[in-house]
Amino acid sequence: MELKRQPAKLVLKDGSIFDGYSFGANTSVAGEVVFNTGMIGYPESLTDPSYQGQILVMTYPLIGNYGVPGDERSDGLLKYFESEKIHVQGLVVADYSEVYSHWNAKKSLSTWLKEQKIPGISGVDTRELTKTLRKSGTMLGKIVYGKDNVSFDDPNKRNLVAEVSIKRPILYEGGKKRVVLVDCGTKNNIIRAFLHRDFTVLRVPWNYNFLNENADGIVLSNGPGDPKKCKDTITFVQRALSKNIPILGICLGSQILGLAAGARTYKLKYGHRSHNQPCVEVGTKRCYITSQNHGYAVDKETLPEDWREWFVNNNDDTNEGIIHISKPFFGTQFHPEASPGPDDTEFLFDLFIRAMR
Amino acid sequence: MQNMKIKKVLILGSGAIRIGQAGEFDYSGSQAIKALKEEGIKTVLINPNIATIQTSDYLADKVYFLPIESGFVEKVIKKEKPDGVLLSFGGQTALNVGVELFECGVFEKYHVKVLGTSVEVIKNTEDRDRFVKKIQEIHLNVPPSKAVSTVEDAICVAKRIGYPVMCRIAYALGGLGSGVAYTEKQLQDLAKKAFSFTKQILIEEYLGGWKELEYEVVRDRYDNCIVVCSMENVDPMGIHTGESIVTAPVQTLMSSENFMLRSLAIKVIRHLGIIGECNIQFALDPKSEDYRIIEVNARLSRSSALASKATGYPLAFIAAKLVLGYSLTEIQNMITGETSACFEPALDYVVVKYPRWDLQKFRRVSQTIGSEMKSVGEVMAIGRSFEEALQKAVRMLDVGLPGLACSDCVFSDLEKELKEPTDKRLFAIMEALRRGYSIETITKLSKVDPWFIAKIQNIVTLEKVLQRYSLSTLPAAVLKEVKQKGFSDQQIALLVKSTAKDVRVRRKKLGVIPFVKQIDTLAAEYPAKTNYLYLTYNACNDDIVFKDKNQVVVLGGGAYRIGSSVEFD
Repeated sequence: MELKRQPAKLVLKDGSIFDGYSFGANTSVAGEVVFNTGMIGYPESLTDPSYQGQILVMTYPLIGNYGVPGDERSDGLLKYFESEKIHVQGLVVADYSEVYSHWNAKKSLSTWLKEQKIPGISGVDTRELTKTLRKSGTMLGKIVYGKDNVSFDDPNKRNLVAEVSIKRPILYEGGKKRVVLVDCGTKNNIIRAFLHRDFTVLRVPWNYNFLNENADGIVLSNGPGDPKKCKDTITFVQRALSKNIPILGICLGSQILGLAAGARTYKLKYGHRSHNQPCVEVGTKRCYITSQNHGYAVDKETLPEDWREWFVNNNDDTNEGIIHISKPFFGTQFHPEASPGPDDTEFLFDLFIRAMR
Repeated sequence: MQNMKIKKVLILGSGAIRIGQAGEFDYSGSQAIKALKEEGIKTVLINPNIATIQTSDYLADKVYFLPIESGFVEKVIKKEKPDGVLLSFGGQTALNVGVELFECGVFEKYHVKVLGTSVEVIKNTEDRDRFVKKIQEIHLNVPPSKAVSTVEDAICVAKRIGYPVMCRIAYALGGLGSGVAYTEKQLQDLAKKAFSFTKQILIEEYLGGWKELEYEVVRDRYDNCIVVCSMENVDPMGIHTGESIVTAPVQTLMSSENFMLRSLAIKVIRHLGIIGECNIQFALDPKSEDYRIIEVNARLSRSSALASKATGYPLAFIAAKLVLGYSLTEIQNMITGETSACFEPALDYVVVKYPRWDLQKFRRVSQTIGSEMKSVGEVMAIGRSFEEALQKAVRMLDVGLPGLACSDCVFSDLEKELKEPTDKRLFAIMEALRRGYSIETITKLSKVDPWFIAKIQNIVTLEKVLQRYSLSTLPAAVLKEVKQKGFSDQQIALLVKSTAKDVRVRRKKLGVIPFVKQIDTLAAEYPAKTNYLYLTYNACNDDIVFKDKNQVVVLGGGAYRIGSSVEFD
């Protein structure tokens, strides 16, 4: 019961304070405060590297219900998580469930957060907080525990991609066909998507020169922060574009692809972080429900000749995908690999694989 | 776009209110009429239920107070010559009559188009053998079952599947006549009873204790599919959904399970070819990802009414637009007024539906609940903690209970009560926790997921905490905590030996007050323009500004009960 809990608070840059109780590590942290409206999937979300530097607010109030799964691996990847560790800076929820119940759970969310030294705060009116963020746009903030105060810190000034990318290439052996995955903060499920389709995946660091690797296709992964920070990646992608090798960009990868093609990117007011974003394939009446986590987007007005808008958000009309009119270059702002979220667009991996033949 | 040839549409209502078919079909029919009127389509309604809203003079262009029976419907068709007919907005009754009329060739004779899901598709969902065959075509799991027409065959099939078996009736309303047989003798009795009013029964694998989940799916003619709401029954498989406490969204599933069931739901709906709205029921093994597809309702249902109200997504209205040929992307989300209807609502609250039974009004009626529906009404409560929503729901039933805490139901045999649930099952769990039963023991006896029991345990704990205080010694933090867990002033008064009035005065003095929140389908991502509201103590600010001076409060009739029904709607 919360009666026994340690108080903690979330402080926003505009001065607003949200009181709550600590249920994670008892420390203070600063970051960019963002909200996610997905109702399920905290083990996957918390380990998504795209959240690096961010304090995550869950709008669904009941969190922790089904605990946290164990560290089983398959293909060298943690089976139930999207990366090796929790990437959010801190977690904000309304009603943390101390008792969890699931056949697959090994520990509580609270234990997991403490193990990884990530603070969590519950008892917050996350709806009021979300409304504040919606009106002002994403804001800097900090979780403050006790007297341990920290100053506000803008993670977007750092090269977040460099923080989360691997340092040396890793080979995941599958079939004969081979993709190079440029790891800007990739989710495990992108790797799994290719391994399940019998591909070998060579995962390389964000600033690795992949041009001489023998690959059937190049995948630019998701990742945190401002795509313009990935200068090296953009340069290599620019060179790859002249070589006709099929390229698939996902989320940040799509923004990098756009920048390499000559388009511009900009920061959205409060981004898209949810499992219910409707994306229409341009020129059709087909609409897909997609999983998303991004704060920046490609400005469709700046797409160069030969590039077209591929998908558009049916809610706010922002760009959700770009495609080259004749060459096999594709970018999706949403996550076809889902996890967590609906898998409506998983077929895009198959489409990309067809382009590699 | 819209099918422009349709100028006049016949809508079949659901007839008299009865167990298993209540106000939800008035709601769906009314919404359909509104959706059609917006398109300038003339509407003709058949429904003999005078108490319904859909039969009011301002809705349908013409209303026939006639029985929902094929002979009468044919006469109306002959006279009115509608271009199309809606079968999926009047529950099982309308669907059955629709199938009958189709089979006699009445629709063909008068050139009436069945709008939305075709009759062939409806038959594929209603006839058990055809349904199983369709699902197996796409290699998904259904419980092994066989339709039989004699008691001997029933026993023979049961032997093959293995006891216990479930005995169900095709085309049945509210699970009428179905039940579980643990032995051959029990099956014999059940089957005999069933064959007295049906020609065919279904013997099926028994999945008692599995989790029961429901997904509401919408599909348009362009093959766009969305899952509007997921729901989890607090009561496990074996208890009819109409008898179950239901929560939305699902609570105890991990992400991969939830999205697996979502994908399966879409796969099934696409394969069946449903257009408009439907409901799919799953059983999920509580110890693995093994699942069974239980049934598909190719029509608006009790669950769709709940899903609509739980999410704010106007399912019936949208379904009506879809059967006219619109695509989901062409319809606007009426709540935000700026986003699309092609999305899946995100909830930032928890919903609990609680059934109301009136069993004590009858002598010699068994109080146990199971696969046959007995409840006469239901209520929905919304909160930002499960305990809050649950206790609100119990109070709203208006059966004289103050909530879960302070409930004083007496049980002579508590274990039996947990094992063989009655309408008082939640109070039995409450009592067991008070007596010190562990969560594991209660789960073992009741098969209710430990997560739900743990939430009830929180209420028991606070009940004990409160008893340690008097009103004057009660700290503000404790008062806030218990309000956040759904305790009413009345409950607090009973526990601290005071009066509700005094608790209220002190509570307000300490600044422990509720706030008004909006249901907006998008968890505050976009501003909401409707006033669909709930109150919660798990908040620090109101969503709306109270500025109008001249406002009137209208009090509704509450849960349906014997003597108070749809007429007060």
